[in-house]
Amino acid sequence: MAGLELLSDQGYRVDGRRAGELRKIQARMGVFAQADGSAYIEQGNTKALAVVYGPHEIRGSRARALPDRALVNCQYSSATFSTGERKRRPHGDRKSCEMGLQLRQTFEAAILTQLHPRSQIDIYVQVLQADGGTYSACVNAATLAVLDAGIPMRDFVCACSAGFVDGTALADLSHVEEAAGGPQLALALLPASGQIALLEMDARLHEDHLERVLETASRAARDVHTLLDRVVRQHVCEASLLLGD
Amino acid sequence: MLKSKTFLKKTRAGGVMKVVREHYLRDDIGCGAAGCAACSGAQEGPALEPQPRDPASSLCPLPHYLLPDTNVLLHQIDVLEDPAIRNVIVLQTVLHEVRNRSAPVYKRIRDVASHQEKHFYTFTNEHHRETYVEQEKGENANDRNDRAIRVAVKWYNEHLKKLSEDSQLQVIFITNDRKNKEKAIEEGIPAFTCEEYVKSLTANPELIDRLACLSEEGKEIESGRIIFSEHLPLSKLQQGIKSGAYLQGTFRASRENYLEATVWVHGDDEENKEIILQGLKNLNRAIHEDIVAVELLPKSLWVAPSSVVLHDEGPTEEDAEREEEKENLLKTKAVNESMLKPTGRVVGIIKRNWRPYCGMLSRSDIKESRRHLFTPADKRIPRIRIETRQASALEGRRIIVAVDGWPKNSRYPNGHFVRNLGDAGDKETETEVLLLEHDVPHQAFSQAVLSFLPKMPWSITENDMKNREDLRHLCVCSVDPPGCTDIDDALHCRELKNGNLEVGVHIADVSHFIRPGNALDQESARRGTTVYLCEKRIDMVPELLSSNLCSLRCNVDRLAFSCIWEMNHKAEILKTRFTKSVINSKASLTYAEAQMRIDSATMNDDITTSLRGLNRLAKILKKQRIEKGALTLSSPEVRFHMDSETHDPIDLQTKELRETNSMVEEFMLLANISVAKKIHEEFSEHALLRKHPAPPPSNYEILVKAAKSKNLEIRTDTAKSLADSLDKAECPAFPYLNTLLRILATRCMMQAVYFCSGMDNDFHHYGLASPIYTHFTSPIRRYADIIVHRLLAVAIGADSTYPELTDKHKLADICKNLNFRHKMAQYAQRASVAFHTQLFFKSKGIVSEDAYILFVRKNAIVVLIPKYGLEGTVFFDEKDKSKPRLTYDDEIPSLKIEDTVFHIFDKVKVKIMLDSSNLQHQKIRMSLVEPQIPGISTDISDMDMSEPERKKKKYGK
Repeated sequence: MAGLELLSDQGYRVDGRRAGELRKIQARMGVFAQADGSAYIEQGNTKALAVVYGPHEIRGSRARALPDRALVNCQYSSATFSTGERKRRPHGDRKSCEMGLQLRQTFEAAILTQLHPRSQIDIYVQVLQADGGTYSACVNAATLAVLDAGIPMRDFVCACSAGFVDGTALADLSHVEEAAGGPQLALALLPASGQIALLEMDARLHEDHLERVLETASRAARDVHTLLDRVVRQHVCEASLLLGD
Repeated sequence: MLKSKTFLKKTRAGGVMKVVREHYLRDDIGCGAAGCAACSGAQEGPALEPQPRDPASSLCPLPHYLLPDTNVLLHQIDVLEDPAIRNVIVLQTVLHEVRNRSAPVYKRIRDVASHQEKHFYTFTNEHHRETYVEQEKGENANDRNDRAIRVAVKWYNEHLKKLSEDSQLQVIFITNDRKNKEKAIEEGIPAFTCEEYVKSLTANPELIDRLACLSEEGKEIESGRIIFSEHLPLSKLQQGIKSGAYLQGTFRASRENYLEATVWVHGDDEENKEIILQGLKNLNRAIHEDIVAVELLPKSLWVAPSSVVLHDEGPTEEDAEREEEKENLLKTKAVNESMLKPTGRVVGIIKRNWRPYCGMLSRSDIKESRRHLFTPADKRIPRIRIETRQASALEGRRIIVAVDGWPKNSRYPNGHFVRNLGDAGDKETETEVLLLEHDVPHQAFSQAVLSFLPKMPWSITENDMKNREDLRHLCVCSVDPPGCTDIDDALHCRELKNGNLEVGVHIADVSHFIRPGNALDQESARRGTTVYLCEKRIDMVPELLSSNLCSLRCNVDRLAFSCIWEMNHKAEILKTRFTKSVINSKASLTYAEAQMRIDSATMNDDITTSLRGLNRLAKILKKQRIEKGALTLSSPEVRFHMDSETHDPIDLQTKELRETNSMVEEFMLLANISVAKKIHEEFSEHALLRKHPAPPPSNYEILVKAAKSKNLEIRTDTAKSLADSLDKAECPAFPYLNTLLRILATRCMMQAVYFCSGMDNDFHHYGLASPIYTHFTSPIRRYADIIVHRLLAVAIGADSTYPELTDKHKLADICKNLNFRHKMAQYAQRASVAFHTQLFFKSKGIVSEDAYILFVRKNAIVVLIPKYGLEGTVFFDEKDKSKPRLTYDDEIPSLKIEDTVFHIFDKVKVKIMLDSSNLQHQKIRMSLVEPQIPGISTDISDMDMSEPERKKKKYGK
């Protein structure tokens, strides 16, 4: 058997997308009333839920409080039913911990934490269905949730993954493409300033190609921004209609 | 723009797993017809012609596109490749199936599709909203694909109708599947089988011959008699191999005997063994190079390899009895138990390794017959039955034929005609044949490759001078054989102020022009080496580079890669430096001219002093090298003097060696070794090096025995002792003996190979007695040198690196290809020399010459004729002649015929003539003249005899 052809000569990927195209993104804000902020996002078959509490007083040990800024606490979990084979542990494994740390890094860079010293912001993200690009889906969901909570941020944080196949950079990898084992890059971008909140890379990629892959990822992240922006505006519109203004 | 759709798919991976995948169906995929308004702008790549000017087809006179299904593509690729077939739509579904089923066809179809003038278009129907088809319940994958293809054809026909009212453009579905065709016609799709369509092309009758004959029903005219046993299915073979019942190996047919073959069993080194197969039934339709599964026969049926020469000559397949008779002939030969080898039979084919074969048609005896047998040039390939109407036109021509299959009731495989190369015996045709047979890529460079050449007129720019030293002031000159246009090395030598000498080797900077990864680079990598044939050179890089921009011609500025040493007068290296440079060669000399300058006392110009300095140092270097144990070997090399008009060889000459030859060689070796050290130091894991393994002691047996017969001792424990004992092996009465011994020693050697330093730990070069070696000095004609140049450029910071360069697996792949190409180039070269030798003797008639016996065999002696550097075999027994008394002694290789004893190295006189009785395999035939043996040797006076007389007395195969 010949292996899977990730990119055809005509420039189509396995699922019919072209190299730079994103999967279909659908998102909703304010899905839960009890949390301060919440959002749900679907990027193709990857589905994630984000919930934000805070800023509030430090829970647990007071010693953790930071004198000059808020503590961002992120927790990532992935539902046992999110993958093809049922997972044993929804959270607390090494991968989830790492993902939590990455999210924390990302949002510490984006949230204006110095406005809320000695307080805490909790971001809980749960992946309901995983089909590649879980990190980016989590970041995008969390951004919407943080916005929903009304926590001031520098900018949206928009994330997107990118891979590299046969000299072409592919945006927004699906699970099949990730599983093929090529290099994979995850980028969280602050679109307005073009600043990078987080950049992560798996596998080896020659530095000559890095620029192109990065370029593809950041263009995709900007596309994500356009979509998220539309979602936010619509949400605000609906909310204001309800308020009767 | 995007239509999204999710579907479920179940696959089995250990257990049942549910796979959820997305599939985006698009509406922006163009139909590929140029000028189609509905999908304008969606076009890219080669497109279909808006009004196809197709070859006139009597079946469908309207303009049309073709849409073949998978099987047509797989089996009739030869037809589709024909320039007459244009405007073909290849569906993604079809392409995928082809990809899964045959990698070579997939590659060919992609190559064809990339030709603009072929107008092939790949339609991505699986991602198209209107042509995507979902698998229905109870429908298998094949049926779904067939349906998808039909849906696409239907969509195309409707789409084209919309294009414009009056256009009668049609898409014609080509399928060989009867059911599929019926269904298509039911749905109103114009469908034909490939055969019907090709036959309807009245303007191109020659295409019919290229149709692959897939005889399923009614096409076999042979008796239904089953000759071979059924091949087992792959799943059974795999089971058998796992359980050890069958062995997997590469099938190697014997050149001498069509009823015998060996299977080289893959496995761990110790397990590597050969299995003998004898008899047609046991060979069971395997063809040379196939990967097969064999079953070992019980020990009682084991046989010894026969020493009989058998060629398949019977044109009829009815004489199974005679076949059996011949097989018995093989068996009676088995003498004693120890000679018996594991014997087996082929039970199935794991992978066919068919390629198109060159050869000639042997016409059927029946004049009107359309079925003829084709005899491949390679004797290991069985004859192939083809169907053609142009037999009379193809007779006496070299043609290419592809194999289609080998049914179990047919004595020969079935195939079809692919291409006509030209008249047999014609120089160009023969050259083409030997290039094809040795897999030497020799097509003209494609436009894509040429597009990466620098634009003319070319000059050195500011940018080129970056990281480059200006060495134009140095007195550099090149020394090469006469008529050389691809000069890749030049030298200089001058005295420094401190009394030391500065020596520079300047190599053409080819890597400056060939940038990694582009089409030019890929093509050169594929070719691997320039192939030098007797009257032709198959370039590795386009001529503009090889003979102009890279060639270090005199009095022009050229880019070079220089290796500069500071040496003292004892030729000890004090300093080594590498740099990219610009040089201006002051003279392009031949070896003879350079030698003249060195020798003449009156000349004292810069070039000459430089040459003298180089020569002096080279002598010291050579001495040092020989002291270390480097071998000086000998092989008879000949050059043809060509007639300038007809390019026929008019004279042969053995290569003359001058001091200057060895002078250039010495410095090239030194440069190679210095570079090898440098790149290995910098890139210990991915340096491209060259090694020459020491041969196993058993290889030397022949040499030692031969020397012993002359009372000389050859010691082979180390290279040094071998070199020394070869030097001492002199016989005052027989001055040529030493050369003969060196020729024998050369035959004992192993092949030198390229390798990647990270994949091996033995770097030693046995022949040169150097711990490390590489190729740096001929980048115009060897790709290995280009890689080495790139590595060195990175090492000295003159150029940037790229990912493939530091990937040792990729490098190992490159090495593998280079080793293969070098071997093939060597074979092609030899074949070319052999062919020209034949031409030479054709014009010369019969000559008799002095010769030395090189080997003694059981029924023949192998002789070397020093005058022509020609080697040949003199046979002493012939099928239809009474056998002379032959006594063979293995210990002191000698052969006693009647009363005359032949020893190795004996001087004899032989008659040389061209034997053209077999047009396909013309050969040089030799027969003994002196010493005279009654009934064996021929007289010189025979030459004047009439033809029938002479035939009787000739001895040969």
